[in-house]
Amino acid sequence: MFGDYSIGDLGAIFAMQGFAGLILFSVYVLMALGLAIIFGQMGVINMAHGEFMILGAYVTWMTSNAFQSFLPALFPGYFFVAMALAFIASGSLGMLVEWAMIRRLYKRPLDTLLATWGLSLILQQAYRSVFGAREVGVELPEWMMGSWQATDAIQIPINGMFVMCLTILITIVVAYVLFLSRWGRQVRAVVQNRVMAGAVGINTEKVDRYTFGLGCGIAGVAGSAFTMIGSTGPTAGQLYIVDTFLVVVFGGAASLLGTIASAFTISQAQSTMEFFMSGSMAKVLTLLAIVAILMMRPQGLFALKVRK
Amino acid sequence: MNGVLMSDETEKGLKSPLRRQLLMGMAALPALTMLPRPSFGAGPATSAVNTTGLAVTDSEVTVGILHSVTGTMAISETGSVQAEKLAIEQINAAGGVLGRKIKYIQEDGASDWPTFAEKAKKLLVNDKCAAVMGCWTSASRKAVLPVFEQYNGMLYYPTFYEGLEQSKNVIYTGQEATQQIIAGLDWVNKTKGAKTFYLLGSDYIWPRTSNKIARKHIEGHLQGAKVVGEEYFPLGHTQFNSVINKIKLTKPDVIYAIIVGGSNVAFYKQLKAAGIDMSKQTLLTISVTEDEIDGIGGENIAGAYACMKYFQSLDNANNKAFVSAFKKMWGEKTVIGDVTQAAYLGPWLWKLTVEKAGSFDVDKVAAASPGIEFKGAPEGYVRIHENHHLWSKTRVGRAKADGQYELIYETADLVEPDPFPKGYQ
Repeated sequence: MFGDYSIGDLGAIFAMQGFAGLILFSVYVLMALGLAIIFGQMGVINMAHGEFMILGAYVTWMTSNAFQSFLPALFPGYFFVAMALAFIASGSLGMLVEWAMIRRLYKRPLDTLLATWGLSLILQQAYRSVFGAREVGVELPEWMMGSWQATDAIQIPINGMFVMCLTILITIVVAYVLFLSRWGRQVRAVVQNRVMAGAVGINTEKVDRYTFGLGCGIAGVAGSAFTMIGSTGPTAGQLYIVDTFLVVVFGGAASLLGTIASAFTISQAQSTMEFFMSGSMAKVLTLLAIVAILMMRPQGLFALKVRK
Repeated sequence: MNGVLMSDETEKGLKSPLRRQLLMGMAALPALTMLPRPSFGAGPATSAVNTTGLAVTDSEVTVGILHSVTGTMAISETGSVQAEKLAIEQINAAGGVLGRKIKYIQEDGASDWPTFAEKAKKLLVNDKCAAVMGCWTSASRKAVLPVFEQYNGMLYYPTFYEGLEQSKNVIYTGQEATQQIIAGLDWVNKTKGAKTFYLLGSDYIWPRTSNKIARKHIEGHLQGAKVVGEEYFPLGHTQFNSVINKIKLTKPDVIYAIIVGGSNVAFYKQLKAAGIDMSKQTLLTISVTEDEIDGIGGENIAGAYACMKYFQSLDNANNKAFVSAFKKMWGEKTVIGDVTQAAYLGPWLWKLTVEKAGSFDVDKVAAASPGIEFKGAPEGYVRIHENHHLWSKTRVGRAKADGQYELIYETADLVEPDPFPKGYQ
């Protein structure tokens, strides 16, 4: 298939393809981070993760409309405000859900699967009733559209680079919060031994609530960012949920580094194979490979060594 | 005869939303008396027009509306429900069918095919609906087809679809695949000199069958043209950067895209972000109507061509009246896509057929269907073919940034529906 092309052409395509892989990698990390916290650190199987993302997307859409009507001059910068609002909205909803539902289920982690799945259906229908069944189009400021012309032949999508920067930033913040801050130590203590953590004076309920809220908030930011590349509709969250769980489980549920490594592996495999074969076949092969690897390493790529 | 009668009735029908508005304003009350008021119950005797026990009384006839208003498909089917309700309201305002007012029972298929079958059975067996307007996806149609055939019901199906089906119990008011594909390919070949085509689609029956027909036509009927790539993506796929790079490498004259649902939005946004300029790169789609552009964003798809039979921007008197009535009923911001218009045809075609048959009986309606013409159709004029599909024109439109299509080309004559195209399978 490469016979007719010059070296320059091929070089440009491979450079762009490399970026396509990196962009996919960032997208995977961004959508999986929130779940890695909730599922990995707290053990809650949050099937409503996609719906928390879509809440962020709807918040972005509303912010964009508000800016267009009331503050058209500031429209180019609205996206940053929208992401902050998306974090607050999804995070608050997450804390509310934790208080009303999840906290009663910590002793029955499998039941969280059913409860959050029900929650996802409720949220989908709520979005449909409030925002309508049709997809909404989120208008982007001019500077975020189009591509950056690196050389004559190489074009890199600007929104892709934006997602990459955002992902790096959020990953650093999450890593800091979980591993270096005092609060992160409390989170890990609660996860490892709830009773003991309570006994040494950690307010476990509060820690749970904020952790769940943080995970949902990050999902909201991810949803906000994905308005640039995907659709915003009541059921759009379902598009992400399978890939999200795939990344988290494949990486080893409790490990943040694992999530990142697994996102990298899956995205590179997927985007390389998509280049050489059809999208459907690439997906099939990726899934087969993951199944095979998980059979050999059921705990995922990276697992915490815990004394049993 | 039928046609002359029709246009007259359409006009009256279109005054109905206006009448509602007048009702709201007290000041306009005197004007109300000047408008025609439909009176029901003056038609032929019920025993004569209903010999099979359908839900027909002296003053009313019941039809069903069966679409998904919840679940994934609600996004697409909402427009069809709106159009069908509008048509029914207009028909009632114009005097109903055989002197009877249409009453509808709406059921929700909930985007779930077994639910569709169950609700279809309920509408036919419990409610005895004289006709059902409904279904959207081929999967839902396939699920209800045995029910309609077993209980002898009448289904008006609005969506453009892959063909390869024909039933006494179904009237297909959308295009089958050849009506939507061939004229568009001929057009792009002739006016753009397109020789190389890159076919894309979501991975299920409709895009695959359509691309198969497209490939046969490109390779067999267009001089010197060839397909340089053909690819499918799982439904819900959201990452298209790799295939976009492949397209950049192969530089096809035409990208032929049949991507549906949420994937659509991702595809066009990423195409735009990757710097593919639709004023230089021709893209022809058969899966993006004005409805989908709402989600994609006009600025992301401006310049692309779509091959449909209807665009909201069509410039004819029928369509102008239809669009304004639709917006009055469902809000200024709603848009009308190809399928929505096809759904609007359903109740009207049924009414005309019942009047021609002089009966609500399903067998008589099915037999009377071929040859029924609807001159009040927003798309211009349609006629039912022997095979229960519609003769209609194929049109090519160009997307504009405001979310509307600008009509670029339309076939001179009506295109014959051919659900089992020879040489294309």
